[in-house]
Amino acid sequence: MPLLDDDARSLPRVILSTRRMSENKTGNWRTMRPVIDRHICTGCQICWKYCPEACVKLTDKVPAIDMDFCKGCGICVEECPKRCVSFVPEASV
Amino acid sequence: MKKVLMGNHAAALAAKLARVQVAVGYPITPQTQAYEMLAEMKAKGEFPGEFIAAESEHSVMAAILGAATAGARTFTATSSQGLAYMHELLHWVAGSRLPAVMVDVNRALAAPWNLWTDQSDSLSQRDTGWMQFYCSTNQEVLDTVLMSYKIAERVMLPAMVVLDGFTLSHSYEPVDVPEQSEVDAFLPPYKPEVVLDYKNPVGFGALVGPKEYLRLRRRMAADMAEAESVIEEVGREFGAAFGRRYGQLDAYRCADARTILVTSGAVGSTARAAVDALREQGLKAGNLRMRSFRPFPAKALREFVRPGMRLAVVDRNYSPGAGGIWAQEIKAALYPRSRASVHGYVAGLGGGDITVELLQEVWKRVDSANASVPVAETWVEDAR
Amino acid sequence: MFEIRFHGRGGQGTVLAVKILADAVLRQGERICLAIPEFGVERRGAPVTAYARISDKPILIRTRIYEPDALVVLDPTLYSSDILNGLKPGGSVLTNAEPEELSALAAKYPRFKFVGVPALRIARELKLGSASSPVVNTAMCGAAAALFRLCGMEPLLECVREAVPGKADANCEAARRAFDAAREAQNALA
Repeated sequence: MPLLDDDARSLPRVILSTRRMSENKTGNWRTMRPVIDRHICTGCQICWKYCPEACVKLTDKVPAIDMDFCKGCGICVEECPKRCVSFVPEASV
Repeated sequence: MKKVLMGNHAAALAAKLARVQVAVGYPITPQTQAYEMLAEMKAKGEFPGEFIAAESEHSVMAAILGAATAGARTFTATSSQGLAYMHELLHWVAGSRLPAVMVDVNRALAAPWNLWTDQSDSLSQRDTGWMQFYCSTNQEVLDTVLMSYKIAERVMLPAMVVLDGFTLSHSYEPVDVPEQSEVDAFLPPYKPEVVLDYKNPVGFGALVGPKEYLRLRRRMAADMAEAESVIEEVGREFGAAFGRRYGQLDAYRCADARTILVTSGAVGSTARAAVDALREQGLKAGNLRMRSFRPFPAKALREFVRPGMRLAVVDRNYSPGAGGIWAQEIKAALYPRSRASVHGYVAGLGGGDITVELLQEVWKRVDSANASVPVAETWVEDAR
Repeated sequence: MFEIRFHGRGGQGTVLAVKILADAVLRQGERICLAIPEFGVERRGAPVTAYARISDKPILIRTRIYEPDALVVLDPTLYSSDILNGLKPGGSVLTNAEPEELSALAAKYPRFKFVGVPALRIARELKLGSASSPVVNTAMCGAAAALFRLCGMEPLLECVREAVPGKADANCEAARRAFDAAREAQNALA
């Protein structure tokens, strides 16, 4: 049985996270994928505002979703005022 | 310079003398004057730190967590329901290993409403990882706040300085207020090892697995154990600097005493008068005042106790279903190595007076021959 | 150790009075004073009690005072309640009263020594507080300081000046007049 008492004062007081959150790719949590219809999208940025993962990028008029991080929560699908984000099973992609 | 101060003002002045960088507060009886004095000093430009008037005690402790993580020396004061409301964040501050210092003015917890002194508020925060120090005079309040920063910043654990509601918080007595230069010489600025800094970003308090969690708590246990000697060391340093020495225990006329009153807080002061009165009757009485509750001074207590000694523990608190809390802790610390007997007395809940007469009666009861078998708890009150 | 119990009503400044006396005793430099206000229902007009212990040794006892050596009564209407309870036989009662009220009290409670100071009249003359609710605490402070020999005039007036929230000159004058009145009453007693 390992004892923790021998050198207890060498144990850490706190554990700090020093790695960037961007290293923690969460895209593989996704079972459903949001897909934006480029023809209907007006570029209103609502999906960008609502994305809890902050993985919607606004480089073009039509936003791009970073699939390395998108967890497939579907909030953008729900919030898009034009209903132009469809939600498709990963298995079908 | 000696000044007549109420306990709450002694606490606030100590925070200023400690060069606190962030003071946060929310008013609650009987602590409010500490909060008001800090606000007033801030308004007059006498307190150079930040002063944050929070919207609740939960937010107070959340702000302390943030400020202390950013590397600031922090202060707050609370009482009773306010302390209970902070409970969740008390674990956060201790678990984050931040040396915050807080004053708690003892007051009974509701229901029913009661404003007066009772240790149930502070003692119910026993397992949060905060050190707890109990004061018996307004001088000791000021001194203990100063010492607490030094102790806390050595062992990286937060400290609660506890004083009796009204009995100390609202009573006026002369307090020797040290010069700023003397305090600066005793208490150097706080230099944290890791701080929240946007130029060097790190994450604090993130999720850890069971293996890491166990190790973090083991280290906290080691630092709590070390605190026992640090309290003694800082108490000696304080004595050398200011002429008033403190330790974990404060024994009064105990050298030849078989039966000893065990007290805490302001009762520890009144108990000295009770011991003097008993001695005048030719009785060999002593008083042991417990200054620290966490870390519990188990080692010091075992060294203090002699075989056959009877300890009459007076608890102004109660753990329903278990008894007086100091009595329980003392029994646990002495078992099975010591042959002293521990007699628990519950008195003065909700601010009832624990008088010289009552303490003498308790002492005599325990000292009488048929009291050799300890009773778990006896409830008593002053006859008046 | 000398123990005094104070009886007043919320709004009369009873608590401030004991604080001022504690301060003045310290400044006098011979003894110390532990002043303990008792807090209950804090309402204007509700009876208020405060305690002061004065000693030349450290003061250890931190409880209420049940058997005082002396009383200070800021409001004579309080005699209808049991404020004399516990006062040691032969103990002094410093009371806010005119001479005729004083003789009535002395006749009613022969076991105690009554000393009267017209604090109400002093407060009214100096316009301390309102007409309906005069503030008598600084006058009673001055009287207590003299009667119980707690401190001299100088530290007393210093402490009154620092402690009062306003009308410093009038409050000092009230303390001075009552100090002199109590000295005279004391000399008459002796």
